[in-house]
Amino acid sequence: MPTLNEYLLMGGLLFAIGLCGVMIRTNIIVILMSLEMMLSAANLTLVAFWRFGGGEGLPAHSYNAQVMVFFVITVAAAEVAVGLAIIVALFRSRQTVEVEELRSMKG
Amino acid sequence: MSLLFYIFSGLMLGFGIMVIVCRNPLSSALCLVISFLGLAALFVTLNAYFISIIQVLVYTGAVMVLFLFIIMLLDIREEKSKDWNFLAVGGGVVVLFGFIVQLISVLGGYEDGKQKMVPFPENLSHEDVKMIGVEIFTNYNFHLQVLGVLLLVATIGVVVLSRRQGKEGSENN
Repeated sequence: MPTLNEYLLMGGLLFAIGLCGVMIRTNIIVILMSLEMMLSAANLTLVAFWRFGGGEGLPAHSYNAQVMVFFVITVAAAEVAVGLAIIVALFRSRQTVEVEELRSMKG
Repeated sequence: MSLLFYIFSGLMLGFGIMVIVCRNPLSSALCLVISFLGLAALFVTLNAYFISIIQVLVYTGAVMVLFLFIIMLLDIREEKSKDWNFLAVGGGVVVLFGFIVQLISVLGGYEDGKQKMVPFPENLSHEDVKMIGVEIFTNYNFHLQVLGVLLLVATIGVVVLSRRQGKEGSENN
């Protein structure tokens, strides 16, 4: 049976991969995907702490952690909808989705 | 159980790396679907069945279809000529390894994390959908209503944002 530390390690690694993707990619759609990955990694950590919350490998008695994961997933879905609408509006006015070419605010 | 944990973790992390390595955004989106399916399987190993189903329905169903639709709509293609920006790649890899080293050092000193998972106790209820529903509609009822307002605002915002701007030159929006 896996331990809590293994689940936390997997969640942290997924978060690190998402953070790395936000930093090295220039396509704004892939950056948004990496953000989704980071949010999901936080969800995995929350659920892992719920499952081990009772001590000795037992689950916690209250379901507050899963309620919070439910809220996070809902907010993330709304965020993706708004973000993609902004990307479409950006593409209409600039004809690009590369962040390297969006430098009109650079001094 | 442990074997399945490693299989699905490897699936999740491997395709997560593929998301940021693939040059084509379409391949990235499809790799992210498989990564999220692995994550949903990890939720099943944690006995969070409702969250797992929500993950598959919302993320790999709705959100990724939205991503694929936008990629199709904007007709984004692979850019073969452009090289990687080596400063950004170097910075990303440095941050990645710094984060991993810190994670391992923190988890190494976390004594509560060394507990092994035991099978879900029989005397506790397996009906997590019922328990989450009771929690949402009693203790978190106000938060649920705020969430409904948020979704309404997001819907209106998307409609306003995606209106075609001044098609005839006469409209302001």
